[in-house]
Parts: sequence; C-alpha cells; structure tokens
Amino acid sequence: MEFETVIGLEVHAQMLTETKIFCSCSTKFGAAPNSHTCPICLGMPGVLPVLNKKVVEYAMKMALATNCAINPTCEFARKNYFYPDLPKGYQISQYAYPLAEHGWLELEVNGGKKRIGITRIHMEEDAGKLLHDEHNPVSYVDLNRTGVPLIEIVSEPDIRGAEEAADYLKRLHEILVYLEICDGNMEEGSFRCDANVSIRPKGQKEFGTRAELKNMNSFRNVQRGLEYEIKRQQYIVENGGTIVQETRLWDDAQGVTNSMRGKEEAHDYRYFPDPDLVPVIVDEAWIGKIRADMPELPQAKRERFISEYQISAYDAGVLTSEKALAGYFEEVVAICAKPKQAGNWLMGDVMKFLNEDKKTIRECPITAASLAEMINLIDAGTISGKMAKDIVEEMYQSGKNPREVIAEKGMVQITDEAALAKTISSIIDANPQQLADYRAGKEKLFGFFVGQVMKATQGKANPQIVNDLLKKMLAK
Amino acid sequence: MELYQSTIHELQDKIKEGKTTATAITKSVLQRIDAVEEKVHSYIRVMKDEALSAAAEADKEIKKGNIKPLSGISIALKDIVCTKGIATTCGSHILHNFVPPYDASVVEKLRAAGAIFVGKTNMDEFAMGSSTETSYFGPTRNPWDLERIPGGSSGGSAAAVAADECVASIGSDTGGSIRQPAALCGIVGMKPTYGRVSRFGLIAFASSLDQIGPFTKDVEDCAIMMNVLAGYDRRESTSVNIDVPDYRQFAGRDIKGWKIGIPKEYFVEGIDPEVKAAIEASIKTMEKCGAQSVEISLPHTQYCLAVYYIIAPAEASSNLARYDGVKYGFRAPASELLDMYKKTRMQGFGAEVKRRIMIGTYALSAGYYDAYYKKASQVRALIKKDFEEAFKKCDVILTPTTPTPAFKIGEKTDNPLQMYLSDIFTISTNLAGIPGISLPCGFTKSGLPVGVQFLAGHFQEGKLIQVASAYERKAQIEKRRPKL
Ligand SMILES: [Zn+2]
Repeated sequence: MEFETVIGLEVHAQMLTETKIFCSCSTKFGAAPNSHTCPICLGMPGVLPVLNKKVVEYAMKMALATNCAINPTCEFARKNYFYPDLPKGYQISQYAYPLAEHGWLELEVNGGKKRIGITRIHMEEDAGKLLHDEHNPVSYVDLNRTGVPLIEIVSEPDIRGAEEAADYLKRLHEILVYLEICDGNMEEGSFRCDANVSIRPKGQKEFGTRAELKNMNSFRNVQRGLEYEIKRQQYIVENGGTIVQETRLWDDAQGVTNSMRGKEEAHDYRYFPDPDLVPVIVDEAWIGKIRADMPELPQAKRERFISEYQISAYDAGVLTSEKALAGYFEEVVAICAKPKQAGNWLMGDVMKFLNEDKKTIRECPITAASLAEMINLIDAGTISGKMAKDIVEEMYQSGKNPREVIAEKGMVQITDEAALAKTISSIIDANPQQLADYRAGKEKLFGFFVGQVMKATQGKANPQIVNDLLKKMLAK
Repeated sequence: MELYQSTIHELQDKIKEGKTTATAITKSVLQRIDAVEEKVHSYIRVMKDEALSAAAEADKEIKKGNIKPLSGISIALKDIVCTKGIATTCGSHILHNFVPPYDASVVEKLRAAGAIFVGKTNMDEFAMGSSTETSYFGPTRNPWDLERIPGGSSGGSAAAVAADECVASIGSDTGGSIRQPAALCGIVGMKPTYGRVSRFGLIAFASSLDQIGPFTKDVEDCAIMMNVLAGYDRRESTSVNIDVPDYRQFAGRDIKGWKIGIPKEYFVEGIDPEVKAAIEASIKTMEKCGAQSVEISLPHTQYCLAVYYIIAPAEASSNLARYDGVKYGFRAPASELLDMYKKTRMQGFGAEVKRRIMIGTYALSAGYYDAYYKKASQVRALIKKDFEEAFKKCDVILTPTTPTPAFKIGEKTDNPLQMYLSDIFTISTNLAGIPGISLPCGFTKSGLPVGVQFLAGHFQEGKLIQVASAYERKAQIEKRRPKL
C-alpha cells in the first residue's frame, strides 16, 4: 500500500527582548540559577503581570512575515496545570483569541512552489527548568527561564514528508533570525519544534491517528525523528496494527521514538481568559508602523539578488542565508560594482576563513570596503588573482586594508614591459637548449619559460604581459 | 474622649494644633488593643514595636512641620495585603509563614501618607467567607455582641475599627467583603470601582472582582482614605488611568434634586423586618435631604449569586494553584511530587477554600466551560448593563447592605448556601465593577447595627461620598459604642 504522510508543526520561538514578557527581569541565557527572577516571575502571592509591548511587536513582525491576519483584539488565557517549573500553577498563553491567524509560508518543492498554511501565531510565557541531582533523590528548580517570551507558530497539517518539514523549519528559522526577533539557537532552546505526524493510504481524505513528536533539538533530528516515526507507523499499519494517539519522544542516541506512555495525555488545561490582563488591541496604525519597520525578507532578497546582480540561484541562496552576509555582499558590490567576483571571494576564501575560526560575518576582520578595494585592484591589474589569494589571507589575519598589505609585502604586480623584456631575454639566453626545442615544435616548453619568469620576479609579473612578451621573443 | 475613639479628621486637627502626637495616638490605640483584643480577636498580628518606632519617626517629621494626610494615624491592614518583611497569611495555614519581600501598592501609599500600621487583621481564609469563621487563626467576634460574627471576609478590619482597636483599616471586597462587615459592625466601608485602587500586592481571590477599600468611623474619614488609596498603578494592567478628584470636597455638599434609585428586586421576602424598617427610614431621610426616590429595576438580580459562585471560584481555582508547597509557605512532608502536592493542599487549605477550588475547577473543565464559566460571563455582561440602564434614571442606588443583622457564630457554618445568601445585596456591585458604600442606618432592638448601601456608576466614588455624608448629617444616627 502506498502511504501519504501528514505533518503539522508547532514551533516555539523565544523572542529576543531584553526583558521577560510580564516583568522586567533579564532574558539572558546562562546566568546563575534563579538570579533572573523577581516576585512576579516567581509567582508570589498578590503580584500582577504587565505585558511587555515589545513582545507584541515582535510577534506582529512574524505574523506579517508569514502572511497572517493580525486580529484587532486578542487576549491572554491561563493554561492550568501543576508542575514545579511552573510557579503560578498556570502558564499565561493565548487560546481562544490568538494574536494572528490564517497565514502561509512558501516552500520550493520539486522545483515548484508550495504553500504551507499557518494556523495561528500566539504569544506565551516560557516555564522554568528542573535540575535533577544525580546522586540524591532531589530536584532543583531554576526559574530564570520562567516568563521568557515565546511565540508559538502552529502550521496546518500541510506538510507531506520529513524533508519538507525540515525545509519548512529552516525557512521559518531564517525569517525569525532575519527579523532579529529570535536568535534561533536550537541548543539553548530558543527555537523548538514539536510535530504531529500521521499517515494515511494515498487518496484517503480523512487523517490517520496522529502521534505528537517531541524532543528534536536540531533540523537534522527533526528530519530523522520524522523519518523514523513515519516508518514506524507504516510498519504498524502494514502489519495490521493500529496507531495509538500519544506523545512520543525522539531519542537521538538510539535513533528511535519512544512513547511517553500517556503521561501527559489526560490533561485538561482548563483554559480561561486571564483576568489580570486586558485584551490587546491592535489597530491598523500600529500594524502600519510595524510593517514600515520590516526588513526585506530572505525570499524577496534572494529573488532580487538573482535579478539585480545577475548571480545564480545557488549563489543568491548562499549569500542571503544570513542577513548580515547579504548586507556585507551588498556593501562590497556598492563599492566595486562586481557582484560575481564579490560573491566568489565572499563564498570562497572569506567564508572558509570564518568557518575555520567559527566566526560570523559580523566578526569578519576584513571590512566590506577592503574586500571591494581588493577586487578593484585585481581588476586594475595592480595585483594578480593569485597574489590576491595571499593578500586576502593577510587582510583576514591582520585586519589591514589591501594597499597596506601590498605595500608591506612589496606585492605590486610588475607591468613595466621594458623591465620584463630584460628579464625574459636573460632567461632565454640562459636556456639555449629549451629555446631550440621550443622552436623545433615542443610548444609545451612555453610553460617552462613562464615559470622561469615568475620565479625571477617572485610571482609579481603581470601574467598577461609575460605571455605576450614571451610569445613575441621566443618566436624571434 | 480617648484618642483611640477619635476619627482621622479629629486626630489630624489635634496633630496640626500640636495637641497630640503620633506616639500618643499609637500608644492609646495599642492600649485599647491590649484591653479588648482578647475578646474580639480582630488581629492575626499586632505590630506593636513597628508601630511605636514608626510613630517616633512620624513625630520627628511632624515637628519639622511635615504633616501628611495620615500622619500619626493608626491603620490596620487586612492580612491579605502584602507587607514587606512582615508575615502575610491570608488567614490560611498554607501561608502561615509567608513573608513577602514587597509591599502592596496600597501599603506604599498609606506609608507615604504618614500612616502608622498597628497590625494585620483577621479574615476568612483567602477572603472566602462572610463571617471570618474560616480563618486558620480562629474567628473574630462582633464587638456589638461577642456571640455573633462580625461579617466577612474582612471581619477583622471591620471589628478593629468598631472596637476602636485602630482609627481606620483596609479591607478587600470581592462580593461584599468590605460592605457586609461594615454594616454588621456599624461602621463605614467602601468598595471602590474596579481599577480605582491598585490590586498590586493584594493576594488574589477572584482577580476580576477583587478591590481594596477602607473601613472608617465616618464618611469624611472614608473620603480622606480614598484620597490616599485611589489612583493609577502601572504595575496593574487592570488599573484605570483617570484623574482622582479630592473626595473630601464631596463630603459637605447637599444632594437636593438627586434621584435615589430603589431597585424593586432588592425588597423581596427574606429581609429581616428590622432591617427593612431601617432601610425604609433611610429612604425617608433621603427625601428630607431634598432628594427624590424612584423605583428602578435590575432585572438580572436573581442570577447574581449563581454567576458570582461560578466566576469567583473559577478564578480562585487558578489563583490558588500557586500554593503547591514548592516555593514558599506550608509544605507537607512527602516522598514524591504528586504526594507532596496533594498533602500540602489537603492540609494547607481549609474546607471552604477547598470547596471553592473544586467548584471552580469543575466550572472550567472541558465540556462544562461553555455551560458554566462562559454562560456566567455572558450573564455578568447583562448585570453590568442593568446598572448602566439604571443609572440613566437615578444618581445613586439605595439598598440594604445585608438581609439580616449579624448572625451567631456557628449558625451558618454547616450551611454554605445560607452563608452565601448574606452577600445577596453586595455581589452584583462586584460583578458590574461599580463602587458601593455601606454606612450605619440604625440599630435593631437587640442593639445590633444595620447598614444602608449606596451604589453609583463607574468612578463615581465622589457621588457616594456626597450622598453618604448628606445622609449621615441628616439621619443623625445615634453615636453608640459597643460595650466591651
Ligand atoms: Zn521577573
């Protein structure tokens, strides 16, 4: 039997605000346990939440970027359950009236385009963290993360495979980072994903029973987890079994998903509107202000790069994979007006250096102006492409501009024809046998003479001039 | 007259004239507490040392000529408002050892206005009750008859003012918890408009209904207290940012030509005949003041109690989830998490609190939400509309505060429904979010106080001060004091 996979994804993205969603504690990761807390996020008696407006604005950006309709009024609701990392005994989230709904995201699928529906985007607070003592039967509670703002982005069950799911996540991740509303760090939990997975016989309209998949903390794990889960479900169905609706955890080390054994299944969260908060009213003027503040999104940028700079779709993809990289590229091109070369140097040598040092483009010691200048120097013939390879490395190491590096190393290209002719003639004189053989038809020896000239000039001779002169002088 | 018997404005005048000091007032009140507290049990904690040192500080300021609205005035706080460094129990075992690291907004405001805090008063556990009998620390007694309840849930704060154990006090009112005990103790109590006084630091019972307000010995004192308490607080999202008038200015004005709305739904069977007589006399007094009484209708009155007993427990069930033994307060010893939760909450909460948590949890449960919580919210909107319509026809509404005078301790503890009925005239106010005031309007033959309630539109506390003070002047209710 042929099966079709149906996947819906729930993404939790941590908003990059300085302070928490309902108090003024810091959101910084990695502080000493419970040092970023106050009576409000500790859920002490009598304290009250006040909404951080920045969180709404960040969430609105994501809503606009994913083509959602922002509701004129939305409200916060309490999700009630007991857990030690949840100090109030409820999580403030949104339920009946989320911030935004009915959006979509476009993916490239098999050379065509496919829209994945976005059901809703809502705001909520994060819970804390439990630390279990390895040697004693006790647990500790760290509430630094409690109240850190999150948005939840829920997709429609439009995704048809593990690869498509990973692709959707990458696009979503890219947009969040582009908007500078999420740092996208999956290891630290800034970008988390749960998946609802089911299979059905091809052509069937009704959905199959779904499993909720959790604990996949990288794009690769999402893909692996889903692939495993799809196979697992197919195996069950093909062998006459039935899928159980349950939550399953991905085990990265074993490469399998395991049932949580209905632990969380029976929850009734008793959602109701939070009486401590007032509805959030979003008017057109506010949306307009946020819209005006939106950066160019990755997909639009890719398309523009292809048409404006005449570069390949692949290159455009690489250069726009990071907003800062794209910005750097455009800065270089603005000065040197050579997009192809700029792209090559950037994607080649510069990225290689950065990757080796695990640095981002923001930390690149070569300024965009320096790289552009170097490209101009190659174009003007002042340096050769080969020399440039050494120069760019020196620029990267020292942070100096190309002219400084060239001056220090005496690396200016020799273009003086008279001087080069003199060098060539002494080389010809010193190699009578090779000259005779060349003239007798052994043309391969041309390369030998080029090499001798380059050796004599320490590689600084302009190759084009050397070529022309050698041809003339060897033929005499 | 002893200092402890005085009103805020009387003491203020004396301080201004240099006839007394903060220390003298504080000592007088503390002596009074020593003398009668054993009988009344208004307090969970008397802050003797803190009060005396605060009074000494206040006297230094007063000497410098820095006299504030409440300089040297002994104020008692219901043990539901958080006090930095001082245990705040909410009348519950589960918070018996909880010491907040912060002050409630009202505490900050009162302190800034020169108030001297003399203690934290007794209350029904988590403000759930109408008699102060559900307190973990034992009941408070009505100063007028020690066999009777003082009302609740702010019974300690009301009894403390009535017994002269403080000059004024702070209570909280979710369904009548200020006005009902004020009526039963023969003093003035006001529940302001929802959003008028900050709830920051008020331990939540039902967040959409809770409101802090004052207990005082007369209406002018109520205005003085409201001047200090009212105002916007950016720490509370439901706080409303509109100007606060000088409430004291309303105290002397007349009410000639005002229309006093008498809701026909409030004068039905079940009202004690002596209460009914006192209220009818109050209506006559209003007419003597030059006002005119008009019959109005609040058609959804019959649903108020049902709506309240869904919304308040629903919110409470969520608000009280934080008392789980993990972070602060009482924790029952247990070997694993679920067991700890269960034992802590089973032993930490009293019967009435557990009853309401269960009612609220049920009302919010999947499959019941629409029939209970959602429906109740819809009816609540209709109740609010009833009042909006009514205030088109009248300036203020007059009702009895309670259907009966103070009942006996233990009389209704086994019958929660009977107990709930004692708030029948006060609950609708909280559902609508409007302000209300209760003030004495007479005594029964057996000497128990009876209260009359005035209600006004949103943020019309000034009107309430005006009508209440006009009534107070005209009615000349006999100035009696409980014999203790
Ligand atoms: Zn905090």
